[in-house]
Amino acid sequence: MGLLSSVFKKDDQQKSADVAKAEITKKEVKPVVDKITVGHVHMSGCTGCLVSLADNYGGLLTILDKYADLVYGLTLADVRHIPKMDVALVEGSVCINDKLSVEEIKQTREKAAIVVAVGGCASYGNITRFCRGGQQNQPQHESFLPIGDLIKVDVYIPGCAPTPQMIRNVCIMAYLLLKGSPEQKALATNYLKPLMMAAQKGTSACFCDLMTEVINQGLCMGCGSCAAACPVRAITHEFGKPQGTRDLCIKCGACYNQCPRSWFSFDVVPEYESIMELIDTVMK
Amino acid sequence: MGAELGKYKSCVSARSTDKTILAGAQDGGIVTTLFAYALAEGIIDGAIVAGPGDDPWRPRPMVATTYEELMAARGTKYNISPNVSFIKEATRSYGLDKVGIVGTPCQMQAVRKGQLYPIGLRDVSDKIALAIGIFCMENFPYQSIVQLAEDHAAMSLESVKKMEIGKGKFTFMSERGAVVPLPLKVTHKYEQPGCHVCLDYVANLADVSCGSVGSPDGWSTVFVRSKKGDDIWAKSVAAGCFETKAIDSVKPGLELVTKLANEKIGKNQKTVDERKTFGVGKGLRIPYI
Ligand SMILES: Cc1cc2nc3c(=O)[nH]c(=O)nc-3n(C[C@H](O)[C@H](O)[C@H](O)COP(=O)(O)OP(=O)(O)OC[C@H]3O[C@@H](n4cnc5c(N)ncnc54)[C@H](O)[C@@H]3O)c2cc1C
Ligand code: SF4
Ligand code: SF4
Ligand code: SF4
Repeated sequence: MGLLSSVFKKDDQQKSADVAKAEITKKEVKPVVDKITVGHVHMSGCTGCLVSLADNYGGLLTILDKYADLVYGLTLADVRHIPKMDVALVEGSVCINDKLSVEEIKQTREKAAIVVAVGGCASYGNITRFCRGGQQNQPQHESFLPIGDLIKVDVYIPGCAPTPQMIRNVCIMAYLLLKGSPEQKALATNYLKPLMMAAQKGTSACFCDLMTEVINQGLCMGCGSCAAACPVRAITHEFGKPQGTRDLCIKCGACYNQCPRSWFSFDVVPEYESIMELIDTVMK
Repeated sequence: MGAELGKYKSCVSARSTDKTILAGAQDGGIVTTLFAYALAEGIIDGAIVAGPGDDPWRPRPMVATTYEELMAARGTKYNISPNVSFIKEATRSYGLDKVGIVGTPCQMQAVRKGQLYPIGLRDVSDKIALAIGIFCMENFPYQSIVQLAEDHAAMSLESVKKMEIGKGKFTFMSERGAVVPLPLKVTHKYEQPGCHVCLDYVANLADVSCGSVGSPDGWSTVFVRSKKGDDIWAKSVAAGCFETKAIDSVKPGLELVTKLANEKIGKNQKTVDERKTFGVGKGLRIPYI
């Protein structure tokens, strides 16, 4: 069972050993489907990604109850070394001036079947791109790279902070991919495909992507998704097309990946109604 | 093809029963009337529409939370109104829990991508209560509209009362009664380039979509698509918001809608395919995966 749930169940655990044991046995015989194992690996990030995961509130407990065991997480699980796991949710970029970080990201790749870069920093460097070092108590820590510059990454969840719903969706799809029926596997594959393509595409992001990959390519139609997605309101639409205040841009990758003309899947998006119903059902 | 009209539960020809709305609506006043009904019934808390902007006929997205604001946004502006840019803001500064939004087919694609992949759209997915799509063959940059009105139709934009695309013409109508139809041959080159890769004519991903094509003047062709759309449409019709006619009882009917949808998709699919070999050994990017 999920560690978070055991934290919430602390009172129970303090009951007499016999009762606790009986309860655990009862839980274990509960016909819980085959869960996947998930870890949260904290590199150089602000913990905003983890807060976003937690902001699924009851939904997080449902995920931990039914679909995933949290086997690693600095603040949530009392495990020191990165264990074997199905899915590693990596938050933050890697400080290459810090041996332990470099070691841990390499281990993460070795131990996890699927590595997900959660958030702008892990995917694209994001705000950590602007670091120049000089901070107490490690002033020499000045060089940060998105995890994709050091290891192969399978899935990106861009954005700063990544949204609770995106993290939830990816967790559900990862579960369906590993444990679902053939149809669910197909759906999960299609859903994750653009996020896997994003991971293959590269490790830098910026408002400029909208210029070089969308507008310059003759693809922008002025929907406004990019401006809606930007966490720092760097994007405005004066005559229908996005203009970016590039000094404001923190390089999170939300605008480009939200844009329907960066990538758009006709296998997935037209099925929005049934997919959203599916997500609602599994979260019940 | 067969998929050109998207999935839908029902299709009718319809017109608003609210004469005040009809007086300033583009076609059958479907969009304004359905939003007004949904607002009054608490189905939506507000709707993102193309409101008046700083220059004549230059729309600016607006979160309408009253009947009056919906009224001010009636009518088609044939240039870009980035309505989706307000989709998160509507749930934040405007505090809407149930958001309505109107938009072109591409904007409906943006909304649904945003619900399934809310990368920068925290807490938005569940708040889209009614997405109304409007049919769309193409759109224009604002400067194109300026040039079409002033250089081709010889009208100042201030004096234009209505613009309409239909029956092979882009027609400018002035306040004083002048009517200048421009052949689409003339207007094509002014279209925004992004429209030429667009593979949706009748807003396949909307809850309810509507347009003039297929129905008699002053009426709209309405596709009811999703469960939400079906529910709201049925209630609004029962509440007497619309007169409806069976789509196979009107001329030119679905046959024309199908024909135009296939023309658009066929032409644009060709443009998409040609992008692969646009340069010498180099192609342009294709967004569809
Ligand atoms: C660029 C464009 C191209 C179109 N092409 C076709 C076509 O080929 N065939 C066809 O049948 N119909 C087309 N339409 C739709 C048609 O012109 C009417 O908008 C539609 O029938 C709705 O009319 P109504 O009377 O129901 O809506 P109304 O009650 O008049 O309300 C119209 C609503 O649309 C919103 N709106 C206006 N302009 C825009 C815009 N640029 N972007 C987003 N929202 C906007 C308004 O704010 C208002 O809320 C097109 C519309 C646009 C904007
Ligand atoms: S999201 Fe993409 S298509 Fe839409 S306005 Fe921004 S750049 Fe253009
Ligand atoms: S413009 Fe905004 S959304 Fe785009 S990368 Fe920069 S900060 Fe992120
Ligand atoms: S033609 Fe397509 S891309 Fe252009 S405005 Fe209409 S729906 Fe959008």
